[in-house]
Amino acid sequence: MTTAKSGKPLTEVTLDALRAGDLEIDDVRIHPDTLAAQARVAADHGNPQLAENFLRAAELTLLPDDRVMAIYEALRPRRSTALDLAAIADELEGLGAARNAALIREAAQVYQARNLLL
Amino acid sequence: MTQARPIGRFRFMDEQRVNLDGFAREDPQLGLVAFNSPSDPTPSLVIEGGVVIEMDSKPAADFDIVDAFIATHALDHAVAQEAMALDDLDYARMIVDPNVARAEVVRLAGGMTPAKLARALATLRPAELVIAMTKCRARRTPSNQAHVTNRSDDPLLLAADAATAAAFGFRELETTVPVLGDAPSNAIAVSIGAAVGSPGILIQCSVEEALELELGMRGLVSYAETVSLYGTEQIFIDGDDTPWSKAFLTSAYASRGIKMRVTSGGGSEALMGSAEGCSMFYLEARCVALARAIGSQGVQNGGIDSASVAGSVPGGVRSLMAENLMVMVRNLEACTGNDALMSESDVRRTSRTHPIFIGGSDFICSGFGSIQRYDNMFGPSQWNSEDIDDFLAMQRDWGVDAGLRTAAEPDVARLRRRAAEAVRDVYRVLGLADFTDEWLEQAVDAAGSKDVPDADLMTPLTASRLIRDTNVTMLDVIRALDDCGYDIEAQRLLEMLHARVEGHYLQTAAIFTEGMQVLSLVTDPNDYTGPGTGYTPTAARQLEIDSIRQQKSVDDLRGSQQAAASARLSATGFASPGTDPRDVVIGVSPATARAIWRTLCGLTVDEALDELLAGLEEEGCTGRIVRFNDTIDLGLIGLKAARLAGSGIGIGLQAKGTALIHRRDLTPLANLELYSVAPSLTRGAYRQMGINAGRHAKGSTPEPGRNPYSDEAIEARYHTTVVALVAIERECCDPAGFPESLTLAEER
Repeated sequence: MTTAKSGKPLTEVTLDALRAGDLEIDDVRIHPDTLAAQARVAADHGNPQLAENFLRAAELTLLPDDRVMAIYEALRPRRSTALDLAAIADELEGLGAARNAALIREAAQVYQARNLLL
Repeated sequence: MTQARPIGRFRFMDEQRVNLDGFAREDPQLGLVAFNSPSDPTPSLVIEGGVVIEMDSKPAADFDIVDAFIATHALDHAVAQEAMALDDLDYARMIVDPNVARAEVVRLAGGMTPAKLARALATLRPAELVIAMTKCRARRTPSNQAHVTNRSDDPLLLAADAATAAAFGFRELETTVPVLGDAPSNAIAVSIGAAVGSPGILIQCSVEEALELELGMRGLVSYAETVSLYGTEQIFIDGDDTPWSKAFLTSAYASRGIKMRVTSGGGSEALMGSAEGCSMFYLEARCVALARAIGSQGVQNGGIDSASVAGSVPGGVRSLMAENLMVMVRNLEACTGNDALMSESDVRRTSRTHPIFIGGSDFICSGFGSIQRYDNMFGPSQWNSEDIDDFLAMQRDWGVDAGLRTAAEPDVARLRRRAAEAVRDVYRVLGLADFTDEWLEQAVDAAGSKDVPDADLMTPLTASRLIRDTNVTMLDVIRALDDCGYDIEAQRLLEMLHARVEGHYLQTAAIFTEGMQVLSLVTDPNDYTGPGTGYTPTAARQLEIDSIRQQKSVDDLRGSQQAAASARLSATGFASPGTDPRDVVIGVSPATARAIWRTLCGLTVDEALDELLAGLEEEGCTGRIVRFNDTIDLGLIGLKAARLAGSGIGIGLQAKGTALIHRRDLTPLANLELYSVAPSLTRGAYRQMGINAGRHAKGSTPEPGRNPYSDEAIEARYHTTVVALVAIERECCDPAGFPESLTLAEER
């Protein structure tokens, strides 16, 4: 049975629950375990990159919306110094978001080489 | 020196719409070349210790950001050596060979660099592209996407048009804004309208990357597509992104359970002035490899905004389709362009779409303009609201499923009203806006925003500000719908939120059926392996494709003829031969005054007879109406009439209006005058025919009447009706029947 990010089973995410004031946004958000399961499906269907994306996404479920938006902004061209990106990578690493941390460290390396740092 | 004036034939040709299009000489320097620019790199791939140290003739030290990301993430090292060693034509043949499984084609593509795949796909001819697309698209069932926008971001009209698009079968709706601040209101209005039209419609609001993500996080949209990729580093950075920021964005969408695809398209780099001398197809091959590398499940390509750039060079339209195919062989969802209008010519734009239309793709159009051209805030589409019936007729002609279905006017009228009312009620309950009755009525009836003069441009802006300030989410919208009695729509939108929690629609090429079943690469994989395999519409779906609202049966026609029934003609018994030399017989067909009352030109049979009789009278002759019940052949009816006539001259008139003059000594097919183009006849023509018949009776030789000529597709318009009218004539025909005199009462 699928559960939402909040832990509520999807069977309890109903109009009646909404009427009773019992639903919040995390009740309609995907759980990281569900993304991990979808990653296995993607890998089984010949797309390891899509699987990797779902695994990065599973990590990002742990971050609040505004933090996700801010990291995206930091990854845009010439927005961040090497130190800024390193700090974000460390922050993500600390949250258990190792795949995203690796992505950001890789970006920092290429940005350095291609003059895309602040 | 003055320019010599071209001859008339060329002046005329120059005026044709196709000559409004721009046609460019190939210019590889500017990237104005579809395939195989001299600057395109020679394919190569060198991997050492699991690291790509050279790709497409470039050493790793020289990699730009696009190369670097592809080299690190896109390539399947286990397959690379085998795939790169394959001959281009051998691989191309595997793509079209029904005996080679799609999975094998996909496996090998995984090991190919952009330059390698570009060279191989460039060898495919158009008909081969069609077969390749049929076989290689991810999802078995084809589908289609619509644009739903308008100039004023009118929420009521957006909702009504979204419901309309859903009724016509579109499974994804893309809206956007002329005014950026209106985006949240548009997303809500289209979501509600779509939910009125059908369960399971995916909604996106195409705006700047960060705002689009924010809309997704609030649950206000259910997929994203405006995540642009480019084939050169310069243009990528001009677009204010890098492959890493895009990869992160891709994961951000998935982390909120939102479907996402990226956008690219040949010609965009040339359009933005930085193609690095490469062909459009090679640069697009880089984009597609990058799309796969960042983990996007799909790609919208096929030119998109730069489709007309590709269309301006030799082979450019073929390259647009080959781009789509490249997405498919990279095992991604293909949303195959046919989006921005690429030609002023109806012929060229149809030609551009048609191979994809018959081959079938995950989304035939990545934006069919379901609204008026002037309301399309992406610019006019390749297909627009005026083309919906054309598109439906084309589906029916070829028996293919291109995602659309016919919709009956009363149903669409009901849906539009419910959609507009639902948005009005929700906006009122959420305190976003109030709408007048006049505005609502106009939006329900409107063909476009010009029909809604009462729309207030400030309303969507104010509503959007309130949505953001008060942090309205889709849960609030659903609660408001439910409060106002729209529990069906509330349930449908809640199910779209369930879909995000389940995540099945994050898989490649996912859409929802009306029963909320996910169709994707996983649940509905394309299994084409030659004739008799792959997607075939179900019987019910085929019926939808075939049963366009305009089709008519003989019974429909019988009913409309019955509505024109008149009592002026009545039978008075057996018709005898005449002796008066001024006696001219007007022979009429068996269905006359029985089942057929109106001719093809719109005149009633009575009116045609009035004119014939008046013409005869002008010449001092007497017309006599006789119905020949034993034949439907007009030549024979005319000849039999002539043989009954004292003058030896007869007129034959089929109830559908075709008429001729005959003489008793001629063979059935050798008549004196024939008015064959019944739909174009007029009162004047019948009058002239009466006059001419009178002159023949008197022994003079009148100037023959000429068939009216027009450049309209008369046969297309009337042949189905003629078939039905002839069937009715045959039902009324009795081989043993005798000729009957008819009298025509005065018009009352």
